[in-house]
Amino acid sequence: MTGYRGQGTTTGGPGGLDGLDGLEGLAEDQLLPQLVAHLREHRARLRHEWADRIQLAGLLHAMTPQEMAAETTSVYDNYVEVLETGSVEALQRYARDLSERIIPRGVETHEVVGIVLLLRDVLARSLFEKYQRDFGLLNRVLDAYEPAANRIANTVAVSFVEERERVIRQQQDSIRELSTPVLPVRERLLILPIIGVLDRERARQLTEQLLNGIRTHRARVVVIDITGVPEVDESVANHLVQTVDASRLMGASVIITGLSPVIAQTLVTIGVDLSKMDTIGDLQGGLEEAERLLGYPTAGGDDGTAP
Amino acid sequence: MTGPRLVSILRQGSHLIASVHTALDDTQMTAFQHDLVDRIGRDRSRGVVIDVAALDVLDSFATRTLRTIAEVARLRGAVTVVVGIQPDVAFAMVSLGMDTGALHTALDLEEGLALLDRIAGGRRPAVGARGGPA
Repeated sequence: MTGYRGQGTTTGGPGGLDGLDGLEGLAEDQLLPQLVAHLREHRARLRHEWADRIQLAGLLHAMTPQEMAAETTSVYDNYVEVLETGSVEALQRYARDLSERIIPRGVETHEVVGIVLLLRDVLARSLFEKYQRDFGLLNRVLDAYEPAANRIANTVAVSFVEERERVIRQQQDSIRELSTPVLPVRERLLILPIIGVLDRERARQLTEQLLNGIRTHRARVVVIDITGVPEVDESVANHLVQTVDASRLMGASVIITGLSPVIAQTLVTIGVDLSKMDTIGDLQGGLEEAERLLGYPTAGGDDGTAP
Repeated sequence: MTGPRLVSILRQGSHLIASVHTALDDTQMTAFQHDLVDRIGRDRSRGVVIDVAALDVLDSFATRTLRTIAEVARLRGAVTVVVGIQPDVAFAMVSLGMDTGALHTALDLEEGLALLDRIAGGRRPAVGARGGPA
């Protein structure tokens, strides 16, 4: 209850008037309740005004008018409630819940912050209007209102961003899980199709999965297909070379397929040592070469069978 | 020599199988090298498999010794294959830039012996592409 009376008033001081204007004899701790009562009384009008300004500012266009009416009503009520009780936990919960619903709709951070600030301004204006005859009182009302309103805006923005980050982290996790499958295609032959950007973290994970895969499947040949990789930088390229070397130490040959023209040129330009890399144009060629290495009969394989 | 507890060298047909059971320090590693090279001459081996599956670290000295063994063995007429390098060890060796040179490697003992047979069958001292490591 004593959440944000930032002006250093004491609850025990009903007589703590400033003396100067003391107009309606209101103690500081009666300001907020009065303010809340005012906001409740004019709820419909203020909410409308707010919704109009949201529309005018072109925010939340991803939502339908019905959704918007429902959301603005509940945000308004929450807002007033927090002003009254001073408990931001409920608002936090609500903001997180709201974010969960609207993030998939493509609502941006600036929109969420924007509408909360708009509400703050709309309410502030209504206070100006109500207390316009008494400047001293208006000042004191605003002193009570502003810190509370700013704190609400802050809470909503932070909750929204946190929710967003949570969603992003979750997505990163799921991408990580399905990012590098190690597929046994034949006895002793593994394929690693890589799709998407290879960053450091993924490259490290790829190495780990590949080396463990070689041991588990007793692979002698591995085909890494990077057709789906748009670009690689120097550190990733070097990592790839190291992975190939490490696989060799475990007794497996690695064939890289699907180097795009862009990547091939990048690798040559940045001077990665690829002399030890066995590369073949496409996955089909890579598989044929792999089968030849493993001694499977293939079309045109001359040294495929030993004695 | 450090005794058979750290390393065992067994004879299997015309091949020698050397298993390293535990991490060796530099002196022990050198002793192992002498011992193994001796045995190659005595047993007239054509191939040597060194199993390092029990090791979770292969430092630069050990790597260099393995390479030296392979080179010396080659001069004495035997092909050397190192088997059982663990994934973590393999990647650590590569990241630390250890030069394994032309060392033959295979997944495990079975694969190592198969590789030796292929090399011997091909009658070529240096493996071609079929040996796996290129």
